[in-house]
Amino acid sequence: MSADFLYGIEVIINGLMAGVLYALVALGFVLIFKASGIFNYAQGVMALFAALTLVGVMEGQVPFSHVINAVFGTEIHHFGWEVPALLAIFVTLMVMVLFAWLVQQLVFRHLVGQEPIILFMATIGLAYFLEGVGDLMWGSEIKTLALGLPQGGSLVVEDWTAGLGGDDFYGFFIDKLDMVATLVAIVLVAGLIGFAQYTKQGRAMRAVADDHQAALSVGISLNFIWVLVWSLAGLVALVAGVMWGAKSGVQFSLSLIALKALPVLMLGGFTSIPGAIVGGLIIGVGEKLFEYMIGPMVGGATENWFAYVLALIFLVFRPQGLFGEKIIERV
Amino acid sequence: MLYREAGDFKTSYPEDSQTFPIAFDRWRYWAVLAIAFLVIPFVINDYWASSLMVPFLIYAIAAIGLNILTGYCGQVSLGTGGFMAVGAYACYKLMTAFPDVNIVFHVLLAGGITAAVGAAFGLPSLRIKGFYLAVATLAAQFFLVWLFNKVAWFYNYSASGQINAPERFIFGTAVTGPSAPAWAQYLVCLVFVTFCAVLARNLTRGSLGRSWMAIRDMDIAAEIIGVNPLKAKLTAFAVSSFFIGISGALFFAVYLGAVEAGDSFGITKSFLVLFMVILGGLGSIFGSFAGAAFLVILPVFLKIIGVDVLGWPTEMVAHLQLVIVGALIMFFLIKEPHGLAQLWRLAKEKLRLWPFPY
Repeated sequence: MSADFLYGIEVIINGLMAGVLYALVALGFVLIFKASGIFNYAQGVMALFAALTLVGVMEGQVPFSHVINAVFGTEIHHFGWEVPALLAIFVTLMVMVLFAWLVQQLVFRHLVGQEPIILFMATIGLAYFLEGVGDLMWGSEIKTLALGLPQGGSLVVEDWTAGLGGDDFYGFFIDKLDMVATLVAIVLVAGLIGFAQYTKQGRAMRAVADDHQAALSVGISLNFIWVLVWSLAGLVALVAGVMWGAKSGVQFSLSLIALKALPVLMLGGFTSIPGAIVGGLIIGVGEKLFEYMIGPMVGGATENWFAYVLALIFLVFRPQGLFGEKIIERV
Repeated sequence: MLYREAGDFKTSYPEDSQTFPIAFDRWRYWAVLAIAFLVIPFVINDYWASSLMVPFLIYAIAAIGLNILTGYCGQVSLGTGGFMAVGAYACYKLMTAFPDVNIVFHVLLAGGITAAVGAAFGLPSLRIKGFYLAVATLAAQFFLVWLFNKVAWFYNYSASGQINAPERFIFGTAVTGPSAPAWAQYLVCLVFVTFCAVLARNLTRGSLGRSWMAIRDMDIAAEIIGVNPLKAKLTAFAVSSFFIGISGALFFAVYLGAVEAGDSFGITKSFLVLFMVILGGLGSIFGSFAGAAFLVILPVFLKIIGVDVLGWPTEMVAHLQLVIVGALIMFFLIKEPHGLAQLWRLAKEKLRLWPFPY
C-alpha cells in the first residue's frame, strides 16, 4: 500500500474521532429538542460552564472571588484545599442539575406555548448570561483540566501500524485522548439509550417527546421531565466539556463548538439520537478529508465552513436530515 | 386629547391610506425628522457621533433589513454578519476601482451586489424551513467571512489583510477617512437611514409586503391562494440583503474606516442584529430603531456606570454586561415576546382612549 493512501486512512480515522466529539455536543441538543421543542443554543456554553466549574471546584477556587475582591477590596482566591476528581465531578453534576432546575423554573416555564423562534432567542440569551456568569465566577483566563486523562499520540498504535506501508510511512498518529473520548461517548450513548428504553423516567421522557398533551393526560409531570432533560443535557455538556477542555484547555472558544454541532444536527435530523452520532461522524470525516485533499488548493482553513456547506447541500435534497421525522405539513 | 382620529376627516383615497392616519403621528414624524436633520448636526461632537449616533443609525439599517426577512417574511437568518461583509468589501472594491464616482453610488451599488448574493443564498429557503434554514444561513456567514479572509483580491493584496477606506467627499466635505467631521458622518448615515426606513415602510405596506406576510403566516396556505413563494422569498432575501449591504458599507466606510472580515463581521454581529430585531419587535420598522438604540446605548451606559462611576475593572464590567444583556433578553421574551414595538403600540392605544380605560 502506498504511503499517501495510508495517510488518507489516518485522516479518516482522526476525522471519525473528531466526529465523536461533535456528536457529543449534538446529543445534548437532540435530548432537549425532542422533549421540549427548544432548540438549545446554550449547549456549547453549558459545556464551557461545566468544565469551568469542574476546574474551579478541583482547585478549590472561591466562586466570584475577583468580583468580591473588586467590590470589597479583599484578597481572597482559594479555599486552600483540593478536591479529588471524582468528588469534583459529582459536585459539578449537582451544579448542572441545580442549573437545569433554575432554568426551568425561572425561564422556560414562563415560555411554554411560545413560538419556537422565541424559545430559540431565549436560549441565546441564556448562553450570554451563562457565559458571563461563568467568567465572573471562575475568571476568564485559560485553565488546564488536570484530570489525568492520557495525552499525546499513542506510540503503541504507531509502532503497530508502521509496518503497513513502505519506508516513508511511520504508522498512524492517533491521539490517546481521542480514543478515550470515543470510549466515553460509546458508554454515554449506551447509557442514555438504556435509560430511555428501560427506566420509568426514560419512558416518561419518550412519551413527552412524542406528545405533550397525551403525556400530561396520563399523569406525567411535564415540569419534572423538562428538569430531567435539562439535567441530562447538563451531564452530556459536562462530558463534552471535559473532553474538549482536556484537548484544548478550558477557554471561551469551547462554547463555539456549539456552532460546530449545528451542521451535525442538520445532517442527522434534529430529533434523532443515532442521527446525531452518524451526522457527527460524517462531518468529522468530511471536513478532515476535504481539508487534506482540497484545502491546500484554496488556501486552507476550510474547516470553518465546510460542515455548513455540506449540510446545506445535503438538506436541499433531504430537508428533514438523515434520520429526522418526515415533515408533514397541513393547512 | 391630541392623539385622536376624531375630527380628522379624510376626503380622498391617498389620505385614507397614508402611513400615519393620526394627525399627531404625522406631526411627530416631521418633528423627529426636523430635529434629526436640523438640530443634531449642529450640536453633535466626536464622542456622541462615534459611540452612539453613527453606530445606532447603521445598526438601524441592518435591523430594518433583517426585520424584513425575519419579521415580515418569517425566514430566520443568522447570516447578517456575512452579508454586511459583502456590503463592506463590495464598497471597498468599488471605491478603489472607481475613485472618481461619488461614494453614495458606491454604497447603493454595494447594497445591490449584496442583494444578489443574498438572493443566491436564499435559494435553499425554497426547500428548507425554520431552524434548518437558520442553520443553513450560517453557511453563508462562515463561507463569506472565510472568502474575504483568504482571497487576496478582495482586500487588494494589502499586507495586513485589512481594508482601509480612502478619503471621499460629498459636496466638498470629507465623509470617510480620518479627517471626516462628526456631523458629516452623522448626516450621511441619517440620509441613508431615512431613505431605507421610508422605502421599507412603503414596501411592507404594498402588495410585496403583503405577500411576504402571507408566506410568514403560513406558506402552504399562501401558495394556495396564489402567492408565488419563489418570488416572495427571494425578493425578501434580496431586499433584506440590500439594506444589510448598505449598512455593512457604511459600517466599514464611515464608521470604522478599517475592517478585517473575521473581527468585524463575525457570527457575534449576526446575533447582535438578530437581538435588535427581536427586542425591538418582529415585523415593525419602529421596532428596528428601538432595538438598535437599546443595544447600542446599553453597553455605553453600563461602561459609564461600571468603569467610570464605580471604578470596577473593565474586564469584569464586560462580563457583567454579558450577564445583563442575557438576562434582559430572557426577561423581555418572557414579559413581552413582541418586543419594544408592542409596548409602544400599547402606549399609543391607551393614549388614543385616554382618559377612558376602554
